[in-house]
Amino acid sequence: MDQILFIVFAAIAVLCGINLVLQSHPISSALSLVGVMGALALIYLQLGGEFIAAAQLIVYAGAIMVLFIFVIMLLNAGRERETPRRLWVRWAGLPLLFLFIALMAYVVQRILPPSDEVRFGSYTFGTAEAIGTRLFTTYLLPFEITSVLILIAIVGAIVLARKEVE
Amino acid sequence: MPIPLVAGVPFSWYLILSAILFALGVAGFLFRRNIITVFMSIELMLNAVNLSFIAFSYHLKQNDGHIFSFFVMVVAAAEAAVGLAIILTIFKNRQTLEIDEVSTLKN
Repeated sequence: MDQILFIVFAAIAVLCGINLVLQSHPISSALSLVGVMGALALIYLQLGGEFIAAAQLIVYAGAIMVLFIFVIMLLNAGRERETPRRLWVRWAGLPLLFLFIALMAYVVQRILPPSDEVRFGSYTFGTAEAIGTRLFTTYLLPFEITSVLILIAIVGAIVLARKEVE
Repeated sequence: MPIPLVAGVPFSWYLILSAILFALGVAGFLFRRNIITVFMSIELMLNAVNLSFIAFSYHLKQNDGHIFSFFVMVVAAAEAAVGLAIILTIFKNRQTLEIDEVSTLKN
């Protein structure tokens, strides 16, 4: 059952990822990216990451993608123009991509012991309680620095996007 | 070959899925011409790395990877806010979203 669920969600993620790269309209790409993120959230859940799965859906698929779609609608971004590319880029790009994936798969298969299997429910450190305890004890300083980072990002975004006033 | 109904998922499959998604993100980053689509490809790459973090976290029976991917999400949110503000400014000044036409820093 675990394997079937993984294959289904992985297939959804990969197909949506391919669609993201191939679509020429940014709205189609954005909706494909939402699909990838939803599928990945379910895979996180299978790996025992309850908190991260919820955060993925709320922060990524919810907040960030709404921001993207908002900007696409605001700028009225249309279909992408086809620009001519160099010959070797057109012919060597896809084989290089497959070579990279094949190399990664080979290395991963060689390094990891084949007996190691993932089963749903055997990992219990991913609950909100466990993550919260860790976040507010061991990782307290990074957490606080992150809040400063977000503050800087908010100020930066407002400064960049405001209208100039004399 | 164990029957798929009772077998667990081999751990390496998660890393291979992560590699595939990362490669797709790289391809989108290199081949697309629309600045928003390029930005979305970067988000796809970040998601692929998050999957690796979570998978290794399961493998090592710790939750540090979850916290790291949580931080990646937070940084991605901040990055999206600033990046989209930059895209808005570029569009306001140049009326274009094609990255080939935004080449002031070239040469």
